Amino acid sequence: MATRSDIAASPVKGGAAPGRTPGSRSADKDDRRRSKLSRRWQRDARWSPYAFVSPFFLLFAAFGLFPLIYTGWASLHQVELTAPTDMNWVGLKNYTRIFDDDFFWNAAQNTLTIGIISTVPQLMIAMGIAHILNYKLRASTFWRVAMLAPYATSIAAATLVFVLLFGRDYGMINWALGAVGIDPVGWQDDKWPGQIAVSTIIIWRWTGYNALIYLAAMQAIPQDLYESAALDGASRWRQFLHVTLPSLRPTILFTVVVSTIGASQVFGEPLLFDPNKGASGGAEHQFQTLGLYLYEQGWVNQHLGRASAIAWTMFAILIVIGLINQLISRRLRASS
Amino acid sequence: MRARTLPLTRQRSGGGKPFTRKALAVAAVVSLGTGLLAGCADDGGDDSSGGSSSGEGKTTITMGLFGTMGFKEAGLYAEYEKLNPDIKIEENVVERNENYYPALVNHLTTNSGLMDVQAIEVANIAEVVGTQADKFTDMSKVEGVKKDGWLPWKWEQATAKGGETIALGTDVGPMAICYRKDLFEKAGLPSDREQVGKLWAGDWNKFIATGEKYKKKAGEDTFFMDSPGGLLNAVLSSEKEKFYDASGKVIYKTNPAVKAAFDLTADAAEKGLVQSQTQFQPAWDTTIANSKFATVACPPWMLGYIKGKSKPEAAGKWDVAVAPKSGNWGGSFLGVPKSGKNVEEAQKLVAWLTAPEQQAKLFKVQGSFPSAPAAYTSPEVTGATNEMTGDAPIGEIFSEAAKQIPVQVIGPKDQIIQQGLTDNGVILVTKGKSAAEAWETATKTIDNNLDQ
Repeated sequence: MATRSDIAASPVKGGAAPGRTPGSRSADKDDRRRSKLSRRWQRDARWSPYAFVSPFFLLFAAFGLFPLIYTGWASLHQVELTAPTDMNWVGLKNYTRIFDDDFFWNAAQNTLTIGIISTVPQLMIAMGIAHILNYKLRASTFWRVAMLAPYATSIAAATLVFVLLFGRDYGMINWALGAVGIDPVGWQDDKWPGQIAVSTIIIWRWTGYNALIYLAAMQAIPQDLYESAALDGASRWRQFLHVTLPSLRPTILFTVVVSTIGASQVFGEPLLFDPNKGASGGAEHQFQTLGLYLYEQGWVNQHLGRASAIAWTMFAILIVIGLINQLISRRLRASS
Repeated sequence: MRARTLPLTRQRSGGGKPFTRKALAVAAVVSLGTGLLAGCADDGGDDSSGGSSSGEGKTTITMGLFGTMGFKEAGLYAEYEKLNPDIKIEENVVERNENYYPALVNHLTTNSGLMDVQAIEVANIAEVVGTQADKFTDMSKVEGVKKDGWLPWKWEQATAKGGETIALGTDVGPMAICYRKDLFEKAGLPSDREQVGKLWAGDWNKFIATGEKYKKKAGEDTFFMDSPGGLLNAVLSSEKEKFYDASGKVIYKTNPAVKAAFDLTADAAEKGLVQSQTQFQPAWDTTIANSKFATVACPPWMLGYIKGKSKPEAAGKWDVAVAPKSGNWGGSFLGVPKSGKNVEEAQKLVAWLTAPEQQAKLFKVQGSFPSAPAAYTSPEVTGATNEMTGDAPIGEIFSEAAKQIPVQVIGPKDQIIQQGLTDNGVILVTKGKSAAEAWETATKTIDNNLDQ
């Protein structure tokens, strides 16, 4: 670089002696300027990538990591919402009491059963719908959009409508049941009707989403597989069983994982389905999920310490579920 | 390698640019970071200072309210702004107190984000007085505020142990029994309000006995009362002590009055006198529209609610009788947090809004019953009638009830206990559980909820 500036400088001054000094001086200056610049560039190159990725980390630290750690710290204390800075050290008491907290285990069981009765039918219906949509249909885009419409509604709006539908005395579902001679069901009063009703809201909302994912995966299955199966004399049903399902295996696994995560977080539906507008998930906690119990302890009863301990216990349970999930999926992958 | 090639590519595009780019990146990071910190630190100061500087030298007073308190609807802000041309009032209303109150507690404990004036519901006043009193200014020291201007129990509720009154009462909910004249007549009961009041004067058991008489004639079409929760609430609110004793200890499980109220309600539920409904739920609203019940425990604001949910033909079919025992249901307070920007102006405004004349105006428009006895003789109250109750002098009936309300011991967790007894308790009896089972479920839930 320095030589280039020499060459550039000399023709201007015609090679005269006095001219050399300013030339070399300017070259010096130029040199310094350039090295300064290049140092800056180096620093720039070295540090600006960090600056560019930092927004995520700043946000994560403020809204992810800090709350996570602080929740852990709070869970070891007795803290009330009315005085959150006033913490009394209680050690692991908030955790040990969870073991004989009937309400916690009731909520855990409800989360599991609601998870099962919402996820299993949901994925099976989604598979069926995707299979139908995969045929040549008139107005296929319309059907696909229609399938996704429930997903676009808000949980609150959907749940409030379902509360009316499931009403015991004036609800449409009991009216329909009455028309075929079945006694009215207290959808919000008893355990299984309540859980089925909550699951129905979840199923209604998520089936279309899963169906579209299955549909996308189905369309990626090569047509020749079906042709050769047809040549071998396989019926439509056989084709579905032996061509479609095996090809969809990774997709099914994905939807199972996503639905399981979703099921462990169920909150809005049971909260708004409760006729008492409380967070207790029914008069006898029939459909109180873990998320709801956590909310009740923290925000209704104002025991932040207990709520934090519940949050961390849920975290631990989710890790265990995650590990089991991984184990199963590894088995599945190995077998395929 | 990449680190070295990067500046060269930039060199081509001109010397100045990398700096601007870098400056931009740094600026972005810094502004994001500070924005983040600022967001966490203190949003309250920004809000109110932004508010105060608006307008030409006007002071803006912000009001944090919940539900429909009606100051604006009654034209009180406009009136005050007319009287004080350099004041501007802005309100920030949260629909439901369940959503308003946790946020208020958060703002109080962190001392940020508070409005100049904050409303407090009677269900929460004990907790606020007990835990957040030092965050509020003492309203009893404000010019023109006199203790005897309010019903004594209303004043006491907002007064802390140290003697400072942290908020002034707006409305109260003196409870009477609203009943359907037409349904009473059909059931062979008297329908004149004096005689109806005599049916159960002084004793809730007589109220239940009347219900049994009603059910014999009315059969299965309609119920005597709207809900178990409404009955339990009415009985409990007429007791001097319910969930806490005077020293602040939780006594709900051992207090015979609570157990008696619970058993009375459970008994009514077993006999089928109350609907299996929870108040203010859509299904309950439907039973109002369909005229499914004959009585409801009824503070003045309830008439407004009934009006909102009824079909037009129900107008004038209701009447108001004295309850077996008087109690209070509902009502609010206005307090001025110390951290506000316009503490003095806010105090003046609160004192004005809660003065008898303004309370009377509020009653006329909104049905919020005054907590200042001086308002009870105003024409707005004495001459008050309601569309649902025809020409019944509701102002006089409720004034009488208000004067007889006992000074009740209230506690910080009253709401949780009451909700437990109702939503996890007596409602179960209407669904076929025994009273003992319901009590068991309720107390277990409440104890778990109270345990810190």
